[in-house]
Amino acid sequence: MIKIQLPVSEEEVRKLKIGDEVYLTGKMVTGRDSAHTYLLEKFQEDLAPILENTVIYHCGPVVKKEGDLWSFVAAGPTTSIRDEPYEADVIKNYHLRGVIGKGGMGEKTLKACKDYGAVYFHAVGGVAVVLAKSVKQVLGVYKLEEFGVPEAFWHIDVVDFPVIVTMDSHSNSIHKDVLSFSKSRKEELFKL
Amino acid sequence: MDLTNHFEKLITLTSTQLPSDVEDKLRKQMAMEEEGTPAKASLKTIIQNIEMARKETLPICQDTGALIFYINYPSEKYRESDFREAILKATRIVTGKSLLRPNAVDGISGKNSGDNTGAGSPWFNFYQWDRDYVEVKLLLKGGGSENCGIQYKLPDDTMGAGRNLQGVKKCVIDAVFRAQGEGCAPGIIGVCIGGNRDSGNKIAKEMLFRKLDDINPEPKLAEAETDLYNKLNSLNIGPMGLGGKTTVLGVKIGALHRLPACYFVSISYMCWACRRHTMIIKGEEITYD
Ligand code: SF4
Repeated sequence: MIKIQLPVSEEEVRKLKIGDEVYLTGKMVTGRDSAHTYLLEKFQEDLAPILENTVIYHCGPVVKKEGDLWSFVAAGPTTSIRDEPYEADVIKNYHLRGVIGKGGMGEKTLKACKDYGAVYFHAVGGVAVVLAKSVKQVLGVYKLEEFGVPEAFWHIDVVDFPVIVTMDSHSNSIHKDVLSFSKSRKEELFKL
Repeated sequence: MDLTNHFEKLITLTSTQLPSDVEDKLRKQMAMEEEGTPAKASLKTIIQNIEMARKETLPICQDTGALIFYINYPSEKYRESDFREAILKATRIVTGKSLLRPNAVDGISGKNSGDNTGAGSPWFNFYQWDRDYVEVKLLLKGGGSENCGIQYKLPDDTMGAGRNLQGVKKCVIDAVFRAQGEGCAPGIIGVCIGGNRDSGNKIAKEMLFRKLDDINPEPKLAEAETDLYNKLNSLNIGPMGLGGKTTVLGVKIGALHRLPACYFVSISYMCWACRRHTMIIKGEEITYD
């Protein structure tokens, strides 16, 4: 089990390999479909500092507000591949060191991980309660009105957030491996 | 009788407690996966999550899904509107308690209604029947898994799939292959052979209400279910698509009559967070399963 403190350096991220189990601690930002298109409309000055050298988490949380304080009730990952057209440019423009999500991403993102020094962390899909427990504090929220709760940018502070590296900065991807094995197995089954 | 608080209870139960047959199956599969693999780690976390959600009455998954109701009722005692109004009210209350996420997005403006109500949300399926009690079934179906659903039309040349059970099996294998981990594998696969474009999809989804360990009364389908279960689990897609022995938890197949010219195979993919519960209203007595 490897522990990583966010924000993190490019050098440290490049040491990670597929299959590594990692605990993340520190500040990160949630963002889904609307967030990604918004980040690429133009360079968003107000969001850039909180994205620099940290990770974007593909998550649409369930939140609670008590007084002025927000907290996360449930916070599992959502399917990442929907952001495949945008992620590479978001990594590049905002100096992301990683993405957390589920299902993995494609060639374009894998290449961006290699070119700019980032990885894809896989969180277990649907384990909202376990993950919400590691979100210690909501530091702020952006675009809440316009995008709604699941799609807003939530700036959060996490402790020991459990993930598995499934795409690293050396062009390796567990998703690619599983895909190619299951593809040949499917073809065998079709012949039976 | 005002049913609002009973529907609140049903929705809360469904969002926070996984049915016992699904949980038992997940535990069995976890025991089978090898130590130190992403498969074992994923299933361990899933089970820990199910336990915590139940203990603390929290949503099992942050995507609390689309609310899909199946309501069978005796017509002399009830009208559809009795249920509809109570369910809308209960949905707003449970969303207010953060036990459902606001999940209803306007198809045109893209704006979230904020309380899970809107056009077609919740989604109702009403039937009048001749029994003397009401049966309300609720399925909470998440978006990631719903996106993995698919409808095939046979014959299909690209797969070499003809209009027979062999062809149907190819469709199911192809669908699970395409889904990889994106529908939060291990999944439960609901299938309907035949019907039309909409009845096929509907029955495929209703198959998800069958208990995982039940046996299809139609022997040919029972055989196909077991055979597919074994074949799908040999794909090594595994929990979350990270490899492993557990790709599906179950395959459930139904069939409808079809037009001579049509042969649809409709597939509904359900994630491991298969949230379904049933409520029975018999006079003053209300029970949940
Ligand atoms: S697919 Fe299921 S478990 Fe996965 S995020 Fe969606 S609702 Fe949750």
